[in-house]
Amino acid sequence: MNPAPMVALVGNPNAGKSALFNALTGARQKVGNYPGVTVERKAGRMALADGRPIELIDLPGTYSLEPASPDEQVTRDVLFGKQEGERLPQAILCVVDATNLDNHLRFTLQLIALGLPVVVALNMVDMAERDGLRIDAAKLSQELGVPVIPTVAVRKRGIDELKAAMEILVGDGATRKIAAGPGFHHEDIVVLQRRARAIAIAATTEEHGARKVSHRIDSIALHPIAGPVVLFGLMFVVFQAVFAWAQAPMDAITAGFDWLGHWVEATFPNGFVRNLLAEGVIKGTGAVVTFLPQILILFFFILLLEATGYMVRAAFIMDRLMARVGLSGRAFIPLLSSFACAVPGIMATRTIDDPRDRLTTILIAPLTTCSARLPVYTLIIGSCIPNRQVIPYVGLQGIVLFGLFVMGIVCALLAALVLRKTVTKGPSQGFMMEMPKYQAPSVRDVALGLWTRALIFLKRAGTIILASNVILWVLASYPVAPAGKLQTEYSIAGRIASAIEVVVKPIGFNHHIALALPPAMAAREVAVSALATTYAIDAGDDTDKASEEVGPKLAKDWSLPTALAFLMWFVFAPQCLSTIAVTRRETNGWKWPAFMVGYLFVLAYIAAGATFWIATWAGL
Amino acid sequence: MRLDQLPLKCPARVSAVAWDELAETAARRLRELGLDEGVTVEALHVAPFGKDPIACRVGRMTVALRRAQAHCISVEYAA
Repeated sequence: MNPAPMVALVGNPNAGKSALFNALTGARQKVGNYPGVTVERKAGRMALADGRPIELIDLPGTYSLEPASPDEQVTRDVLFGKQEGERLPQAILCVVDATNLDNHLRFTLQLIALGLPVVVALNMVDMAERDGLRIDAAKLSQELGVPVIPTVAVRKRGIDELKAAMEILVGDGATRKIAAGPGFHHEDIVVLQRRARAIAIAATTEEHGARKVSHRIDSIALHPIAGPVVLFGLMFVVFQAVFAWAQAPMDAITAGFDWLGHWVEATFPNGFVRNLLAEGVIKGTGAVVTFLPQILILFFFILLLEATGYMVRAAFIMDRLMARVGLSGRAFIPLLSSFACAVPGIMATRTIDDPRDRLTTILIAPLTTCSARLPVYTLIIGSCIPNRQVIPYVGLQGIVLFGLFVMGIVCALLAALVLRKTVTKGPSQGFMMEMPKYQAPSVRDVALGLWTRALIFLKRAGTIILASNVILWVLASYPVAPAGKLQTEYSIAGRIASAIEVVVKPIGFNHHIALALPPAMAAREVAVSALATTYAIDAGDDTDKASEEVGPKLAKDWSLPTALAFLMWFVFAPQCLSTIAVTRRETNGWKWPAFMVGYLFVLAYIAAGATFWIATWAGL
Repeated sequence: MRLDQLPLKCPARVSAVAWDELAETAARRLRELGLDEGVTVEALHVAPFGKDPIACRVGRMTVALRRAQAHCISVEYAA
């Protein structure tokens, strides 16, 4: 059977490519990776009006066929049929922004010159009208020599017409040859640009000087005083929401897992299966899944800020401050994403053209407080830091949590400053970015993004985190300790932990922490479930104690200096396999992940040790 | 006059670009963003901290760039 014809979706950044992809394929998307490179491959199935399937592949946005970043290289290679493991597309669906024709048409002309059948989606025509532009699609089509379909991807307008045009384009499914040779020179760009501008002027039939909405919003969002106030206000709202709104669903999830645990304990006879399910699987996984609401709320805001176009404004405002530590405003977006998780944050560094800027950003990304650390912070602060009001409405627990976030940011900036003067030394490439128009985000696009994130997180909880909990539980439960000996010391895991304890005792860590550190390599939040599991095992068959939450146990068992040292360790928390793996992928080798883990471990050890000894000395 | 000296909200035209003074990647990015001799530009906003970078309208696009880069672009007031 012949595979479905493949159509490549190509366009400039900010042309509304992803929205069009979502509108055409719906939720039938497959996100993967190209072999050998780190660029995400996004493909989806769509059906033409006559029912024929088409594989639509969403290529990374680029301004030209001259690649400046790994993303743009992939777009070029796919279009030239040179991408490993990818077919040559049968046709190109080119998205252009109707409000920005003179610029986007240049890339369209380059694409048409390739010789593949092209259909142009003249996107965001509603925005063009808002700006007082009326574009004659027929005239444009005549000038370009390819079909042009007006669309509003976020509102799903023009989608049927687009499908009809694609039907004609794909035809019998035969692939044509690429006409133009590779390589465009600067002079060609200028020539194409001038031709694009001439076509844009010819096709734009009506123009009146309407004040641009985006410009009005920017006069507040980028205002010398109001701008930073809005930015920091937004960030405050985001973090407030992550903690306040998430509470109710988190309590519900905890209650659900508790109920499940009790049900298992009541249903199964006492033995291996019951204990494995109750202590290893349910308690461990439940402790992690509880944080799904927080992660979703954080991603909701990040997706929203990206979709509206505000993210680039944030980068613009922050550029000067980032320049102080040798980075550019572009690093702000990946770093902000790293507050959700360092993995998408590190992947987002692909948009930084400068290789040294990019490497520095990757190396410091793990220092921003990712959401996986929240479970650890929340647990330790909740159980070990006294809930005392320092001044009215401001509690000590909140201050400590805020302090840990600030600590992460300050350390990240200091690390950037040092790295930029040593291992990633070199001149800065500056900051240059298109500022997209503000746009009302589509509910559907944000929902699809959240859905993908939720799936990734739950998959992780169901695989890596579940597996490490079960392994830990088995290692910590066997061999069974004779009477009078503690299970968490007698077991295999206990003996491994005893060896680790020798190293971490000087910085105030106890046996249970030593036990929780290795499984936390799988994911930082596993530290919470690991502590829950080991304390649950120690409680043994004493049902009263086993049903107790892990928090009060920590409060009894840990001294304040130990708790503070443990928190400080997690500010640096070098142990996250996903981060190490993504760093290896993004830097193409083991050198930089090894360096990153090394410097983070050293910092974590020193900071935790210093905290412990200072706190002990201060008599806390 | 250079683009970094252009007062806000004064439409101007690019008269010359010192491509050689820009880093190669920066020069290419600027070309791709539509900057060229004869294009209309207008400084719209300056960033709150240190008045750097600046946001300029280039053709129909709004482009953010640092003052050092804007300094390589010569402009004259639109008639």
